[in-house]
Amino acid sequence: MTKHDIVIIGAGPAGLAAAVAAYEAGVKDILLLERDCEAGGILNQCIHNGFGLHRFGEELSGPEYAGKYIDMLKSTDVKLQLGTTVLNIENKIVSAVSEANGFEQFEAKAIILAMGCRERNRGPISVPGDRGKGVFTAGAAQRYLNIEGYLVGKKIVILGSGDIGLIMARRMTLEGAKVLAVSEIMPFTNGLSRNVAQCLEDFDIPLYLSHTVTKVIGKDSLEGIEISKVDENMKPIKGTEKYFECDTLLLSVGLVPENELTRQAGIDLDLRTRGASVGEDMQTSEEGVFACGNVLHVHDLVDYVSAESERAGRSAAKYVLGTAAAEKDGLNVNVGLNLGYTVPQRINRVNVEKGVDIFFRVRKKIRVGEIRVESNGEKIASFKREFLAPAEMEKITVPKVLLDKANGSITVSAIDLEEEAK
Amino acid sequence: MYDVTIIGGGVCGAAVAMYLSKYDLKCCLLEKENDIAMSTTRANSGIVHAGYDPEPDTLMARLNVRGCELIEEICEQLNIPYKKCGSMVISFDSKDEAHLEELYERGIANGVRGMELINKEELLKREPNLANDVTGALYASSAAIVNPWRLCIGMAETAAKNGVEFYLDSEVTEIEKINGAFKVTAGGKTYETRFIINAAGLYADKIAALAGAQDFEIFASKGQYFLLDKTSSWLVNSVIFQCPTEKGKGVLISPTADGNIIVGPNAESNNERDDVSTTREGLDFVAQEAAKTSKLVDYRENIRSFSGLRANSDKKDFIIGESALCRHFINVAGIKSPGLSSSPAIGEYVIEILEDCGLIMTEKAEWSYPEAHICFAELSNEEKAEICKRNPKYGNIICRCNVVTEGEILDALDSSYIKPRTLDGIKRRTGTGMGRCQGGFCGVRVHEILCKYYGIDATEVLWDKNGSNIVAGKVGESND
Amino acid sequence: MKEMICIVCPRGCHLTIDETTLEAKGNTCPRGEEYAKNEITSPMRTITGSVGISGGIHSRLAVRTNRAVPKSKMFEIMAALHACRVQAPVKRGDVIIENVCGTGANVIASRDM
Repeated sequence: MTKHDIVIIGAGPAGLAAAVAAYEAGVKDILLLERDCEAGGILNQCIHNGFGLHRFGEELSGPEYAGKYIDMLKSTDVKLQLGTTVLNIENKIVSAVSEANGFEQFEAKAIILAMGCRERNRGPISVPGDRGKGVFTAGAAQRYLNIEGYLVGKKIVILGSGDIGLIMARRMTLEGAKVLAVSEIMPFTNGLSRNVAQCLEDFDIPLYLSHTVTKVIGKDSLEGIEISKVDENMKPIKGTEKYFECDTLLLSVGLVPENELTRQAGIDLDLRTRGASVGEDMQTSEEGVFACGNVLHVHDLVDYVSAESERAGRSAAKYVLGTAAAEKDGLNVNVGLNLGYTVPQRINRVNVEKGVDIFFRVRKKIRVGEIRVESNGEKIASFKREFLAPAEMEKITVPKVLLDKANGSITVSAIDLEEEAK
Repeated sequence: MYDVTIIGGGVCGAAVAMYLSKYDLKCCLLEKENDIAMSTTRANSGIVHAGYDPEPDTLMARLNVRGCELIEEICEQLNIPYKKCGSMVISFDSKDEAHLEELYERGIANGVRGMELINKEELLKREPNLANDVTGALYASSAAIVNPWRLCIGMAETAAKNGVEFYLDSEVTEIEKINGAFKVTAGGKTYETRFIINAAGLYADKIAALAGAQDFEIFASKGQYFLLDKTSSWLVNSVIFQCPTEKGKGVLISPTADGNIIVGPNAESNNERDDVSTTREGLDFVAQEAAKTSKLVDYRENIRSFSGLRANSDKKDFIIGESALCRHFINVAGIKSPGLSSSPAIGEYVIEILEDCGLIMTEKAEWSYPEAHICFAELSNEEKAEICKRNPKYGNIICRCNVVTEGEILDALDSSYIKPRTLDGIKRRTGTGMGRCQGGFCGVRVHEILCKYYGIDATEVLWDKNGSNIVAGKVGESND
Repeated sequence: MKEMICIVCPRGCHLTIDETTLEAKGNTCPRGEEYAKNEITSPMRTITGSVGISGGIHSRLAVRTNRAVPKSKMFEIMAALHACRVQAPVKRGDVIIENVCGTGANVIASRDM
């Protein structure tokens, strides 16, 4: 067993940013474990541009964004071990296995969880019909296309309008495939608006809102897809069926934080985010174990993953160096009206210097809204926001002076001002 | 000239092949698909029934109870996922309770051991997540769960290791009788044989017809299932049945041998023989029935919905024996539930039948099971360290959900007698792609391993059946 | 008046532009105004794709145009990428195709390989 100050699991954008930040904060003995043969995580297959505007002030492709962090990592003494899969975490001992080193155990003073997320597939949405070849998650098709150089199909229907699905609609079209339709069960898209514009509208790809796949046809290999309109309870409406002859159905139906290790380690999970429940320092329910990036909650922008992970890296460093505030002043963050979740789920005010960032998603589209922070029924802060949508993660920064007014817990809600006016 | 030719590489054909391989005979097995375990065997509940269901003095009753004993031994020898978790038939009212008593009596008559009628309190102690209106249960300790395709592959591998020849992609299209023997045409080749074992499952009546011996009919009955993630494994500890009706054993909730939870099946009779689609109505029915057993099934944890086809027949019992219409043509047909549970006993029984038909059976001096494949996930830390030293490929995890290593995949390719050629073939042997991501992550990696191993282009790799090439073409190729 | 969603950054501002006066509204930065004007007069896009690579850890190398190119040239540029094959090692930012399809833009490598 070898000992390290910090062991980080996953060298995607979250792990890379956490490693660099922890190193810069003064911890030199850091081990970064990555299961793939290179660092960068999913960014390596996201070859489209649109990354880094917040973080680097320029628009980069996924590999470029990852490359910048890999370069930063190279300028440190952080030990990056590739091809290594973590099997479990128990009492700050990380067990892992790799082809190069076999089975290994690492004892860490602090651990940062940065395993990312995975795609939801056909199972949880129970798409009925035949079960032949031809149904892929958008990410799997993206990997085939951008890394391996193969097209999974030539005539495509996409279920779900998440960003990966929209990006893949454009990629497959540019590579010569015909994308016949994007079907979205909700009355609004789940991807960024700009991706609807530049990935669908640019290529006249029809987007069917409030539609879902009601039948997959093709016994051994896919031959066609039937979609139907859904009612307000998301039940398909008979008589609205549309048939598309195609060889591929791509699923872009959401991402799920990959928390098997977290669960096994007995760390508390938030049912809303499906990630660990954390404080403002990104510390989980287990002391010295931190989490950041998509393993914690699914982000839309890698720039925010980096920022969050840098915070986790700095907090882990403080913890190792013994400079973290010991005094606990736990303030629970409750999810109020129209909110899907918040991160963090609690705030230790002793750690807050100027203010605290609270990330959240709304549950419905709000054109003109107000984000309200209340404690014991009293409003302590309020933020105006326009064009709020479930597909887009939002952030408020609550100044410390206002936070100090709170007692016991705060509740964050999103008020639809147009509805309130009625 | 073969002594015996088996038609059909499902769990029954494989069991017959395994028992035949113990004797000094020249045998082969013909399978129409590109792998074994491709139909009924690969999509069912995976339950080893204790044997209280069948009517006493039927083949079903005898073979089920015997099969239940044999499966435990075979699974241990071949390291096949198996767990003797016991089963409960639960009751909701006094009518059900009377039914349980009947099943108990029937079990005694069939020679089932380890049964126990338990009351509500005891039932909820053992199965705390069941609905509160249960009134009691019939518990059977000998019931178990098994990975059905692994059982089939294990028995087939044993047969192949001990000399039975396997021919895949060999659909039987003609059976001719010449000079007291048969000439079988399959996959464009001919096989001369003294005996035929018709283990063709859903197509057994068609095969019998080819030999001019059709005196039964097969009906495909479809059952739809949900398979829940391992995160739901807390739900039940044993196989939970509701009281059986004329339609079948009803919707069950059970752990699977691989650690998931299975919920299903419904029963749709007169289905097409190759239709394994799922439907919203079918799955809704399953969910609605399962809710009677437990209110706590969380379908958001569903990782796969699928359908299986049972080979029901117009006879009440299994159809096992020499055909009355054709000498030396032995049917193993109409193997409905409890077919999986009975399978090894069916193999054993077919040996007796062949002997009665005059085939001379001389036991081989040497016969053994193949070496059990390593399952990395089951090893202790020390064993993991040790095995990685022996072969570093065990250190390369390919399937994260089920912790399957490259070493295990290479084992399935290198040291199999019936080599998998497809993504699903690897899945059936190693468990890759069977977890919550359903191959989203590992699929492309297994694909790459297959390309390398067989020296083929990525476009040639199959998902499953012939024609199911995973990728459609290379980037930059013309698209016409 | 034409409505559009700005694609300059992930923020996705909802813009409206007068097609004759080219006066834009709804943008939160000057780049949005420029985008809206271009979108009316000559729409531009950054093209991302891949080229074949020999001697690298993968068989495709991610590339992009170093600036936006006319939207009408998209498929022509894709064909140029398909025809292109490079040899590792390549550094991020290396020019892979100069002045691609006469657009004045270069195709550059997105990563080291």
